[in-house]
Amino acid sequence: MTEALGCVRGGRILFRGLHFALSPGQAGLLTGPNGVGKSSLLRLLAGLLEPSAGSFSAPETKALCDDRLALDEHLPLEQALRFWARLDGKGTADVAAAMARAGLDHLAEVPVRYFSTGQRQRARLARTYLANARLWLLDEPANGLDTESVEQLGRALQGHLDEGGIILAASHIPLPIAFDTNLRREPLEELEACL
Amino acid sequence: MIRAIATIIWRDVRQSYASGGTWLPVIFYLSAATLFPFAVGPDRELLLQTGGGILWIAALLATLLPLDRLIQPDLENGVYDQLIVRGFSDELIVAARLVSHWLSFGPPLLFAAFLASGLMGLEGAALGTLLASLAIATPALAGLAVMIAALTAGLKGAGALGGLLLVPLAIPLLIFGAGSLSAQGGSALLFLAAISLLLVAITPFAAGAALSAVRE
Repeated sequence: MTEALGCVRGGRILFRGLHFALSPGQAGLLTGPNGVGKSSLLRLLAGLLEPSAGSFSAPETKALCDDRLALDEHLPLEQALRFWARLDGKGTADVAAAMARAGLDHLAEVPVRYFSTGQRQRARLARTYLANARLWLLDEPANGLDTESVEQLGRALQGHLDEGGIILAASHIPLPIAFDTNLRREPLEELEACL
Repeated sequence: MIRAIATIIWRDVRQSYASGGTWLPVIFYLSAATLFPFAVGPDRELLLQTGGGILWIAALLATLLPLDRLIQPDLENGVYDQLIVRGFSDELIVAARLVSHWLSFGPPLLFAAFLASGLMGLEGAALGTLLASLAIATPALAGLAVMIAALTAGLKGAGALGGLLLVPLAIPLLIFGAGSLSAQGGSALLFLAAISLLLVAITPFAAGAALSAVRE
């Protein structure tokens, strides 16, 4: 899926010569200390950043779940999600299903601005489930979730893999699914000193 | 694709009318028009001569009011990121924003100009010219607002900077817009239309480039 990928941000090389491949039904886990370029890699694969070197191929349909909510704060959750559903060609039933998968069905009528940290995270996940995407790019998907919600997240992720989806997640919190690839990123300082 | 763009535009327009943000420029416009006769006195001739120009300046200032709500909130909230992930281009996102902003800015401003012209004693042909020139210019004003909002998104003190940026860019509009109100103003409307088209045409590219630069 990726070929000698490199990324430079703020004049600093975050990674280079990165190779890995995930086939349908496989999940990859990104780990490593803060600032090592995990989020940048996810944004790059989502098409939000240009690689400074190398290339990658990714499925046409992608969903990115990062720390930004991208839901209208003043709208009830269901209506806020419906905007994305309409863009992705989904219907009301799909919105309800996504909210149920994220354990938010009881909050459908509550404006998003009243949500707690964990509920906001689950709203992000619901938006991701709703997108018609083969590849899920998840940045700390379990942040702020309680144990039960992490279990729920695990079931949703497993469901996506069983349907032939691909997942690449960066997480410090152990996720309850089996990862096929573990990409451990290390800071590049020593490497650069050699060159 | 067309349906998706309509969905994006509809969301913005609905949000703008629902939040009351649409009426802020209108109220500002009417207050400026109300204050002017108090300042210069009730001399009917003077008001007739200067009223159109004042309404034009008020329209430019009203353009500044919604600047911080045009791009910044959606950029911060990750809405644009999500649209890009879905394959929309920066230019398309900004073009949709231009249309939605004009829909919630142009018609209410024209309505306010119609009300305010009564305070200046404008009527008949003069009123018609004023409304025509504002109708031609509102797409350009909306375009300028979207461009400046995209350029200053994420900066501290974006409001003040936006004001400084608008003034030089809006001068051609003001010259031909207010110029069309004078007796020999026929071709001024055509020039105004040309400038308006130009500004509308470059908005998606200029503001789109600003959006993609912010992402880096």
